[in-house]
Amino acid sequence: MTAETMRQGFVRVATEALDGHPKVAVVLADITTQQFRESGALARHPDRVINAGIREQLMVSVAAGMALEGMRPIAHSFAPFLIERAFEQVKLDFAHQGVGGVLVSIGASYDIGAYGRTHHCPEDVALMATLPGWRIHVPGHPAEAEALLRDAIASEDSIYIRLSERENREPVPTGAGLATIRSGSTGAVTIIAVGPMLDPTVESVGNIDATILYTSTVRPFDAEGLRAGASGTDIVLIEPYLEGTSASEVSAALSDRPHRLLSIGVPRVEHRRYGSAASHDRAHGLDADGLRARITAWLGR
Amino acid sequence: MQTKVNDAPPADTAYGYDDLPRLITLMTGDEKHSFSATSTLDVLWVLYDRILRVDPARPDWPERDRFLLSKGHGPMAYYAILVAKGFIPEATLSTFTRYNSPLGLHPDRMLIPGVELSSGSLGHGLPIAVGRTLALRAQGNASSRIFCMLGDAEFDEGTNHEAIAAAARFGLEQLTAIVIDNRSSSLGWPGGIDTRFRNEGWSAVTVDGRDHDAIEAALLVSHPGRPHAVVAVVEPKS
Repeated sequence: MTAETMRQGFVRVATEALDGHPKVAVVLADITTQQFRESGALARHPDRVINAGIREQLMVSVAAGMALEGMRPIAHSFAPFLIERAFEQVKLDFAHQGVGGVLVSIGASYDIGAYGRTHHCPEDVALMATLPGWRIHVPGHPAEAEALLRDAIASEDSIYIRLSERENREPVPTGAGLATIRSGSTGAVTIIAVGPMLDPTVESVGNIDATILYTSTVRPFDAEGLRAGASGTDIVLIEPYLEGTSASEVSAALSDRPHRLLSIGVPRVEHRRYGSAASHDRAHGLDADGLRARITAWLGR
Repeated sequence: MQTKVNDAPPADTAYGYDDLPRLITLMTGDEKHSFSATSTLDVLWVLYDRILRVDPARPDWPERDRFLLSKGHGPMAYYAILVAKGFIPEATLSTFTRYNSPLGLHPDRMLIPGVELSSGSLGHGLPIAVGRTLALRAQGNASSRIFCMLGDAEFDEGTNHEAIAAAARFGLEQLTAIVIDNRSSSLGWPGGIDTRFRNEGWSAVTVDGRDHDAIEAALLVSHPGRPHAVVAVVEPKS
């Protein structure tokens, strides 16, 4: 059996949720409608699989309206259209109305690099992090995505799940906090890898004495886990989206401790390039070689 | 479902339409108040007095009708009517716009019982109303109606037009949009606002927004299988 992508897993899990829970609804703007047709969900639940057409703002507001009537909506599209285009709807139609919902994006920072800048979204997590109350998940493996999706659908909270075609070879059991992947000696650099950045991070570190912490949950950020897990005063934060998105969280967690922080992520540039996601990673120094070069230079080795 | 609109328990308060100017004055402090307060007054009164099945004792009653004031700006008439119909104590009106008041210049559903929408930013109400109507359908509630009130200037917001197109395609019979038209849209709506709805497949009527019987009749028009729009024309905004 071919391994399932996060997006395929999402369709399967959401279809099961629609079958099993009468309050679950999926709201779409064309994207992935075909997959929900193929899963049978559209035919079995025509009142709860809503395709708004290419109307992302309506999609988000409709999802919120369904939440206001006690349902558990899941709105879904490519990240720039779900989060950036419909941001005021995300901001005002859920938490401000006192209801929660699930937003599930695909495309990540530049999964579909060849589509160009309009379909890239390195900014989504930073934008969502400006809003109070949202849980933000960045799974690094389809199995993590599935567990996070199931928890999100069963919850009443506001939850954003950022799916990606980039994934690590193995899942890490998803708790809410930071998991220790590798422990360095006392004083060693502490590297926080988020979601799909884990494998390139581990590869880049090689034999450097380092602690590697991993998370698929960036909001709320596990401040206690960082305080307990940091092996020294050097912290490297590696995120697969806009550089520094969680830097303020790291600083707040360590505000009473001397520390220095290197934030690595997608730079804030108008990157007018096509090609593959791997090409973009290379360009931004987010492949293993690039990460190693930046980490060793910063450590002064 | 139109035959059931008046079976809600009547609100047991002593207030009538003639009390509304005095209640509004408790907020505005003098006899003058802006047209944004009064443009909605008569339609709101007809809704709450003759149409909506709502009960201040049970603001979350599942079978109630839902009224969403999308045009949240100038909510004084709305607040006055919520007092008249028993949702807000009269004494609360004197706190209008104060820091700790539940009554701001835009209504907040988390602060006032019976308010179904926190509004202010224009163009959110009708899209949310579409979602709520779809949710009623998905949950087998065929008796509640959803009313959403907009302004003709708010109609400029593109999200309304996403909602109008989709609501018609979805055949949302339980949804009624009410547009208060005081000609305040800067670029206007040549051909009429009702035409915009009708072209998308809505039932639509235009009425005198001060004529209570005409407003009531417009809100009770039968429109099987499709959503309904009432454009209530009032004096042009000065």
